[in-house]
Amino acid sequence: MSKIIMTVDDSASVRQMVSFTLRDAGYQVLEAVDGRDAVTRLNGTSVNMVITDLNMPNLDGIGLIRALRANAAFKFIPIVMLTTESQDTKKQEGKAAGATGWIVKPFKPEQLLAVVKKVLG
Amino acid sequence: MTDSHKEAFREEAHELLGELETSLLELEKTPADTDLIGRVFRAMHTIKGSGAMFGFEDVAAFTHDVETLYDLVRNGKANITKDVIDLTLSACDEIRKMVNGEHTESSDADRTKAITEAFRRFISGGGPAETSKKDSIAAQGPAQDERGRNVTYRIRFRPARDIFAGGTNPVPLLNEIRGLGNSRIVAQSDAIPALPDVNPEECYTYWDIILTTDRGIDAIRDVFIFIEDDAEIRIDVIDEAGLFDDETDYKKIGEILLERGDIKPDDLKKALGAHKRIGELLVESGIVAPDKVESALAEQQHVREMRQKRQTAESGAASIRVPAERLDSLVNMVGELVTVQSRLTQKASSLNDAELTMIAEEVERLTVELRDNTMSIRMLPIGTTFSKFTRLVRDLSNELGKEIVLQTEGAETELDKTVIERLNDPLVHLIRNSIDHGIELPAARVAAGKPRQGTINLKAEHSGASVLIRIVDDGAGLDVEAIRSKAVEKGLIGPDASLSEKDLFALILAPGFSTAKKVTNVSGRGVGMDVVKKNIDALQGTIEFSSKKGQGTTVTLKLPLTLAIIDGLLVRIQGDHFVLPLSAIEEVVELSRQDVANAHGQHMASIRGEIVPYIRLREQFRIIGRAPDIEQIVTTNVDGYRVGLVVDQVIGEHQTVIKSLGRVYKSVEEVSGATILGDGRVALILDVPKLIRKAEMDEKSRKAHGGLN
Repeated sequence: MSKIIMTVDDSASVRQMVSFTLRDAGYQVLEAVDGRDAVTRLNGTSVNMVITDLNMPNLDGIGLIRALRANAAFKFIPIVMLTTESQDTKKQEGKAAGATGWIVKPFKPEQLLAVVKKVLG
Repeated sequence: MTDSHKEAFREEAHELLGELETSLLELEKTPADTDLIGRVFRAMHTIKGSGAMFGFEDVAAFTHDVETLYDLVRNGKANITKDVIDLTLSACDEIRKMVNGEHTESSDADRTKAITEAFRRFISGGGPAETSKKDSIAAQGPAQDERGRNVTYRIRFRPARDIFAGGTNPVPLLNEIRGLGNSRIVAQSDAIPALPDVNPEECYTYWDIILTTDRGIDAIRDVFIFIEDDAEIRIDVIDEAGLFDDETDYKKIGEILLERGDIKPDDLKKALGAHKRIGELLVESGIVAPDKVESALAEQQHVREMRQKRQTAESGAASIRVPAERLDSLVNMVGELVTVQSRLTQKASSLNDAELTMIAEEVERLTVELRDNTMSIRMLPIGTTFSKFTRLVRDLSNELGKEIVLQTEGAETELDKTVIERLNDPLVHLIRNSIDHGIELPAARVAAGKPRQGTINLKAEHSGASVLIRIVDDGAGLDVEAIRSKAVEKGLIGPDASLSEKDLFALILAPGFSTAKKVTNVSGRGVGMDVVKKNIDALQGTIEFSSKKGQGTTVTLKLPLTLAIIDGLLVRIQGDHFVLPLSAIEEVVELSRQDVANAHGQHMASIRGEIVPYIRLREQFRIIGRAPDIEQIVTTNVDGYRVGLVVDQVIGEHQTVIKSLGRVYKSVEEVSGATILGDGRVALILDVPKLIRKAEMDEKSRKAHGGLN
């Protein structure tokens, strides 16, 4: 069975690019528009991995990571955050919150796939 | 970048290269055509630009210098010469290879370098080049050079205890390491506490990894990029090609453990005092955990293997060069061995000793293998010869104002070294003939409804024990009438002779024959073709023409694979033995006195309804004695005709080592050599086609002179 990955981003174009790339590589993809949407959608479902933006309305990426890590179902899944290079402090904050890794924006499809492969195996 | 993007670039590049070549060939004729120069420059520029975008950095770097030169030409700072065109054409071929991904051998890299340097010479001679641009691209080169050198690393990866809480699974990371190269991974379990103290959400295991990779240390660091701040990651270089080459053996287990900090020097000294394997000893005494020793052993083995591989790669390499004479003497010795072996076999069968026969059979099997192996060493692909002709065709066709491409097929076909060497001159002659007499001028071709550009196809293929080489052109074809009138004029045939087309074509090979209307300096002096025939004859080969007027000519050369040892059929007439090359033989049937009587004095036998003429070798060689009641006919196929050779007895197959008869017997055409039989006697090797031709001629002259029959 193919693995399920959730992409959380308030930018539709980023979501689309991530979804397209991942589906193309054989993954199932769920989309959420922000942290709160993600938490709602993940209630009762399980995913193998989450890729989340950091700056989002309602619930930001850091908040989402904390919320997920507090939930036994998502305690050990890989969570990768999308950052820009200027957000180094955010990166540290994200790691402290329990992020597995990060992808620096802008990124190419193959970079995204390399990271997914690294953390999902 | 996805493969479909790359594929798109490949297609584009092929189109561009095709246009480029056409432009270059036109440019050669009109070197000052600024339009053409512009076209060449743009094509190069596009290849370079798109190449870099789609990950073909080598193409981009290589094309840069070509582009620079044409930029200079475009600005009037350099001139187009024939050399420049030549060089650019070879550059096109290089680019094509790179784009196709065929550019892998190190010889390729050398060639690329040579071409690049040649371009740089032109550039520096033509004016100052844009150095800054060149540097930026050249800078990409060394980074790639560093790849390809295998370095062995020792990695200790000890993740933070809480690694799982960050969502990281160490196993994919280890798999990623495995993907980098040849690796051995040993898990270390000594940090795992007793069961009651284990927290299942924590990671206690750590890993020792020995990895040999050409990807560099950064690639390894990249694997651990998300956890490098939290985990303990130690990477040491422990072996590298070029640095440790003198040492075949690797460090001792004790040293490795010491280096890793797993034991203290004192422990080592103590352990060394006892006469036991150091690893076992250290484990027994509880100084070090078994996992640690296992890991050190893995490192030791790994590095030893890598070094061994490297050494065999260096010394055993892909090939060894050996002087040709040594090979020749090896072949001679194998020949002698074959002779001795057949003596042994003969002796064993005459002694009727089962044990000796068994040994003789064993020796025979080995000898055949040895023979085949030795022969295969002498085999070379014919492609080496073919490649020379591409240039020949290009230069000659330019000289004559013709447009001709040479296509080759079967360049990998292997032939004996000596055959290949002696084949070069005849092939040059034949190809020259095709260019000069065969292919028409572009205008004439267009008028005849053919493509402007003529094609010469050079093909080689195996056919039994022979190799067929065909030179096919799509030119005007042989002019049957011109050949006939010329042959009559030269007195080769009578004015009213009726000859088949094939026989008529064969007259081309006669000395002094040339149908070219005017003599060019390429061909047409009538010296080529008889020399070709002589050369091919000397190789025991045959030559044949077929042609259709207006459509082209095909010349077929049939050559034996080797000249040193052949499979033959040993036959006997009275007390004399002869060898017939097996390749020419079809079958053997009996000929009784009754059959002879039924034929009413004609030398004809009916073999399964087909009438086959035969030659009585007994008569041909004037051997005195009485033929046995039942003789045997060996039927052969020469030039498409079946002819039988009558002998007293067929003895069987014989591995025939060909010995030359020497110059004295050069005029004896029917005999191509001699061989020594198992009992030491000499058997003559018959040249079947010539033997049959001679018999035919004898028959004709006998009839013409109203002889006895």
